[in-house]
Amino acid sequence: MKISPSKLISLLFFIFSGFYLYTAYQIQVFAFDENAPFNAKTFPIYLGFSGLVFSALYIILPETNPTNVDLKVLDYKKTIGLVVLMILYGLTILRVGYFLSTSIFLVASYIILGERKWIWIFTLSFPFVAIFMFLLHGLLNIYLRDPFLKYLGIMG
Amino acid sequence: MIEGILIGLQTALSFKNLIMVMIGCFAGTIIGMLPGLGPMTAIALMIPITYGFDPSTGLILMAGVYYGAVFGGSTSSILINAPGVPGTVATSFDGYPMAQQGKAGKALAIAAYSSFAGGTISAIFLLIAAPSLSLISLSFRSPDYFGLMILGLTAVAAFSSKGNFLKAMMMVVLGLMLASVGQDTLSDIPRFTFNNMNLSDGISFVLVVMATFAMTEALTLIFKAKDPTKAAKQISLSQLGSIKLDKTETKKMVTTIPRSSVLGFIVGVLPGAGATIASFLAYGMERNFVNDEEKQKFGKGSVNGIAAPETANNAACSGSFVPLLTLGIPGSGTTAVMLGALLGFGIQPGPRLYQTNPEIFWSVIMSMYIGMVVLLILNLPLIPYIARVLATPRTFLIPLILFFSLTGVYLMSFNNFDIYMMIGIAVVATVLRLYDFPMPPLILAFVLGGLMEENLRRSLLISDGSWTFLWDRPLTIIIMLTIIIIVGWQIYRSFFVKK
Repeated sequence: MKISPSKLISLLFFIFSGFYLYTAYQIQVFAFDENAPFNAKTFPIYLGFSGLVFSALYIILPETNPTNVDLKVLDYKKTIGLVVLMILYGLTILRVGYFLSTSIFLVASYIILGERKWIWIFTLSFPFVAIFMFLLHGLLNIYLRDPFLKYLGIMG
Repeated sequence: MIEGILIGLQTALSFKNLIMVMIGCFAGTIIGMLPGLGPMTAIALMIPITYGFDPSTGLILMAGVYYGAVFGGSTSSILINAPGVPGTVATSFDGYPMAQQGKAGKALAIAAYSSFAGGTISAIFLLIAAPSLSLISLSFRSPDYFGLMILGLTAVAAFSSKGNFLKAMMMVVLGLMLASVGQDTLSDIPRFTFNNMNLSDGISFVLVVMATFAMTEALTLIFKAKDPTKAAKQISLSQLGSIKLDKTETKKMVTTIPRSSVLGFIVGVLPGAGATIASFLAYGMERNFVNDEEKQKFGKGSVNGIAAPETANNAACSGSFVPLLTLGIPGSGTTAVMLGALLGFGIQPGPRLYQTNPEIFWSVIMSMYIGMVVLLILNLPLIPYIARVLATPRTFLIPLILFFSLTGVYLMSFNNFDIYMMIGIAVVATVLRLYDFPMPPLILAFVLGGLMEENLRRSLLISDGSWTFLWDRPLTIIIMLTIIIIVGWQIYRSFFVKK
């Protein structure tokens, strides 16, 4: 039996709603609130049941307007590359600092997407981030932690 | 009242205050364009600057920033599908598709004209009806608000095309589930935090909206880069188009603007409702008003689809000043920040504000209108230049969209956990979007989740756990009947109407 991707997603949502509902029942409420008409877990319980009902309906009922996607034309390589790059950006932003990690993230993203105009790659990374940082840090007084610039003595 | 209006005009039209409105509008537009920095942030940033000014001047500057930021938010929604503020999410549904068709200039012009018209009409309402409307708004009780929230969610029916109603409803539930993460507002009991401190404050709106709109858009563009139909779209993205509107487009706007203004203003007056609900309701209402041919264009670059939410969110902005100035109740997060600023100036908003500080009351109202005029004069000539952002090659634009999204979220918490969460939500949303699971219902549900739970809690506690509150009052009955009609019609359309 072949199941359509939308129905498969609905099945996953059904499982997720079941897990959500189970977790909602585990919410610890105050003893005096246990039998109150509304407590911290009432609304999540309604949501859990709603999720189960809607996803079950989608799985059971026939699809009136199925979505067909040609999986062969999708560019997995570049997409996964960018997602990994964003995760690396998250890993480095606090340790290396905003300036260096953001600039390197931008340079790497341009290269992954196939850009080879080096002047523009440079201009829209290091100087661009520096100007943006000046706007935030210098003009709007939004402090950006940056151990690298602090080490160089540029930022306090 | 005439005397008050004249005092207000005199104050608002003084040279210093005119300059302040201009600076405010310009600064607001720039800040509002940056995803993650919306009107609330923009006004908050202005508070320390305005402490040296007299109250009227300070508030005039903030009103200018407010409108500028709302317009700036629309600009990023239309150009890069990155609505930095909830009030402009609905604008992106048709604004971004129109920009993709090479009509970015036109989409921005429609947004500018609609904002101006919505602001103008609501400013007139504000002048005439502020005192009486504040009393009406007090007649709304928790069950009515709860009904209003569900009505807002049934507007998803407007976003779900034929056969997608259940998908839209699943997205509504998912949005409400995401909104339930974090401490319970009343008891402070942690929910779905899994002992992770980073989740105790819940998931931020900016994070969810950036992940589901801007990042998903960027990832989808790369994912489908080899798709011949998408490639065609990318070519047209470099076209800016004219900002001139033809007769048909103007005619469409002329019919849309008045009804969206009225709706936006009324919703704005209700404390707690605000520009977001107004824009979604106006979008849904407009879709139901237009003919079948126009209905098909919704979500694909409809003129009515841009004009309605833009008019309504600006009208709601003016409307939200009614409870703030007359009752001291902020109608939205932004007006809550303004309330803080007013208190900082030593002014207590409320029914006595007319008597104690008439020059402030009326000068704020008058300067809001002047702010609209300045915004139109400043921004219309700049549209071709602003729209040029679309001419940026994809290889640069996509990383820059990701950069603004990541920075927007990082600026809110300075925490890399939020970055990981945003990436996770964006990846899931990209897959969902690939299979036509609509994102707007998720966002609307996420925005309304907290308010909905709060009003349901109050209603159930007052009625001692009985659901009779849903049909106890005529106003609630009307709202609930409207919901039943909308949902029933969508189910009927989904399963019984064959094309």
